[in-house]
Amino acid sequence: MSEAVASAGVIHHEETFLRKYLFSTDHKTIGKQYLITGIAMAILGGTLAILFRINLAHPGFLTNEQYNTFVTYHGAIMFFWVAMPILLGGFGNILIPLMIGARDMAFPTLNMFSYWVFFVSSVILIISFFVPGGAFSGGWTVYPPLSADPGRYLGANLGTVLFLLALALEFASMLMGGVNFITTVLTMRAKGLTLMRLPIFVWMEIVASLLFLFSVAPLIAGAIMLLLDIILGTHFFRVEAGKVGDPVLWQHLFWFFGHPEVYVILFPALGILFEVITTYSRRPVFSYKLVVYATIAAGILSFLVWAHHQFVAGINPLSAIAFSITTILISIPFSMTLVVMGLTFAGGSIRFTPAMLFAIFAFLMFIIGGLSGLPLGAVGSDIYFHDTYFVVAHFHYTVFTIAVLSTIAGIYHWFPKMFGRKINETFGKIHAWLTFIFYNGFAFPGFFLGLAGHPRRYYSALEFGYLQKYQWVHELMTVSAVLLLTTQVVFLFVFFYSIFAGAEEKSPNPWKSTTLEWLAPSPPPHLNWGSFAPVVERGPYEYAKNGKDIDYLPQGKLVKLKQPVSGHEH
Amino acid sequence: MSEQLRVLDELEKEEYESVPVPFQKLGFWVFLGGEIIILGGIVASAILFRLSYPGWFKSSEHTNVVIASINTMVLLTGSLTAVLAHKFATIRQWGKVQLFLGLTALCGFTFIGIKFIEYSREIHHGFLPSSGIFWMFYYGITGLHGLHVLAGSLIILGVMLFLRKKKLVEAVENAGLYWHFVDIVWLYIFPLFYLT
Ligand code: HEM
Ligand SMILES: [Cu+2]
Repeated sequence: MSEAVASAGVIHHEETFLRKYLFSTDHKTIGKQYLITGIAMAILGGTLAILFRINLAHPGFLTNEQYNTFVTYHGAIMFFWVAMPILLGGFGNILIPLMIGARDMAFPTLNMFSYWVFFVSSVILIISFFVPGGAFSGGWTVYPPLSADPGRYLGANLGTVLFLLALALEFASMLMGGVNFITTVLTMRAKGLTLMRLPIFVWMEIVASLLFLFSVAPLIAGAIMLLLDIILGTHFFRVEAGKVGDPVLWQHLFWFFGHPEVYVILFPALGILFEVITTYSRRPVFSYKLVVYATIAAGILSFLVWAHHQFVAGINPLSAIAFSITTILISIPFSMTLVVMGLTFAGGSIRFTPAMLFAIFAFLMFIIGGLSGLPLGAVGSDIYFHDTYFVVAHFHYTVFTIAVLSTIAGIYHWFPKMFGRKINETFGKIHAWLTFIFYNGFAFPGFFLGLAGHPRRYYSALEFGYLQKYQWVHELMTVSAVLLLTTQVVFLFVFFYSIFAGAEEKSPNPWKSTTLEWLAPSPPPHLNWGSFAPVVERGPYEYAKNGKDIDYLPQGKLVKLKQPVSGHEH
Repeated sequence: MSEQLRVLDELEKEEYESVPVPFQKLGFWVFLGGEIIILGGIVASAILFRLSYPGWFKSSEHTNVVIASINTMVLLTGSLTAVLAHKFATIRQWGKVQLFLGLTALCGFTFIGIKFIEYSREIHHGFLPSSGIFWMFYYGITGLHGLHVLAGSLIILGVMLFLRKKKLVEAVENAGLYWHFVDIVWLYIFPLFYLT
């Protein structure tokens, strides 16, 4: 802190390359690191999907073992190395401090550390793919005995140990992030930003972090037990002659985590959609309170539904009915949220930007995903549908919408803020339409395959007489999937090109949005607000107030600080 | 780093909504919440197995209550010295703080040493993690707890060394909290494996 302070208000010492881009404690840089790493892993997970999708159309393209491995890694990568790092680590880190008017996270060093732990976990995951003895191939749910019994099955070996290690590190990283998110939002909100004035995205990230924190812990315990089974020969989950283990215990521990986990990625995606939809339809959220309360209620209920994944695993039929009921209950807050979303569109003057197109498609796809979940949650119909392509179609309608459609909506929306540049709009619109068409082409036919009784996780259906006539459906799905991935690869080229050479975005608030992040310069400097501080005056979605004569009111304003702020010294 | 934090600290007063808890403490409690559930998950699994596995009682006769009781005393002593360290921190007698933190860490390492003796006796008698339901939970849970004791001791040691430069009451308090947490977990483990 020197003379420079007085004149400029903020001083910027030259930061070394390492400090600025690799070991930065700046929440925006860390967020971008998460985003880019997540995108790289998405390419990997998507490529695996294409490879086994081709095999489904033309069995023999892969070996049996390759097929099992690829399906396993595809599922695990998409959840833990794509959806979570992008939606929590990426968007959460970049947006939360900006949206609440803070200068950084509460624990910037912990934040940097969490990214590097995540990075190491990704590297270990990739290594685990190539180790002698083969990669893990027991499905992303890691069910024993396939995962626990070294001598007997392919899969429980070094590859599995590394796979579990990578998962453990990924969890550790997300936990550090969660502690940071929760603490930051509770203690570092700008003056005037009460909890009920938080943008919905911030609420969603917080509920998601809490869900993750409380659901992942039993799974960590389970993973430790599983590792002991493999390494020390215990039999927590193994059933061998004379030994009493319980493979269903793993299922309980896994799904106690697994169902909330789906909400951990769903909520931030819904948060993105609310920000995007309010901005481009120039309407406040239809009922802010309802969304917040419904989210909290769904979060709590999500701890009480896990056994709907185990209806056919030999659980007590009475408890199966109980879990059916809670599952139907949980669809209530979720449908309320979607209704509010729909009513927010309705009557708005919609601007069909790329972000908005993606958001509209995501909204429609969530409806299909939600409705198709009902027959799976009711125990009677699930006995038929369990482990068929109906399930695969159902969850791709939710997870693909979360991890791809909503994420891309967010990328188009905040791209100018993150990089100070634009992505070409015409390209964005074509991108949205192609994605929508190919996505349905690859996902929707799955419902029919499921109705016909086609089991999931099968290398080939050709051996089953009753399924042979559906082989053309697999071909259709594969062609669509290839086109879908190609579209995304083109998008990534445009994305990276625009980061470095896109047209400059002069305005800090190109979409005329209300929330605080749009008050900061694009891209925001280290410590975000320079010698100003945001002060919040109203709720987050004040669009079209007083009828239509005022288009929007920003949530707050910047006031000059009495004492200047230093932007250096880490 | 420290300078930046100081600046942020001041800003906090000036530009953030006021909240009753310092953020270090809040973050720490959130972290503890997660820890409690991890250990809770595995202890709950153990209890489930125990209820449906009659052989449990017979196996638990082979654990050594005397050694475990000594170890319980060691941990509780550590908690006492941790409390004293915090007490002296609040009245800013830093020399005593360091002394008591050192004693706490010493308790931690003693605990681990005794635990090792216990393990080697059991292994010597042929009880391995793979010897049955009881033993796998015994080794799994006490091993996990032992790692937490190790972590707790290292944290305490870290605060003790760190203290020379920065005299932070919160750090002493949070490290002590972690110690108590590890201690309390042990008080659940003790009856589960030794007193049945
Ligand atoms: C390029 C787009 C995608 C394609 C073509 C695709 C294709 C598939 C197919 C065909 C299966 C079923 C394999 C079988 O049962 O034999 C599958 C499984 C799965 N997919 Fe995808 N998927 C895509 C994107 C995603 C995304 C974005 C996510 C999640 C965020 C995801 C998560 C999963 C999971 C969890 C499984 C289950 C894995 C298992 O059975 O262990 N997928 N995918
Ligand atoms: Cu579920």
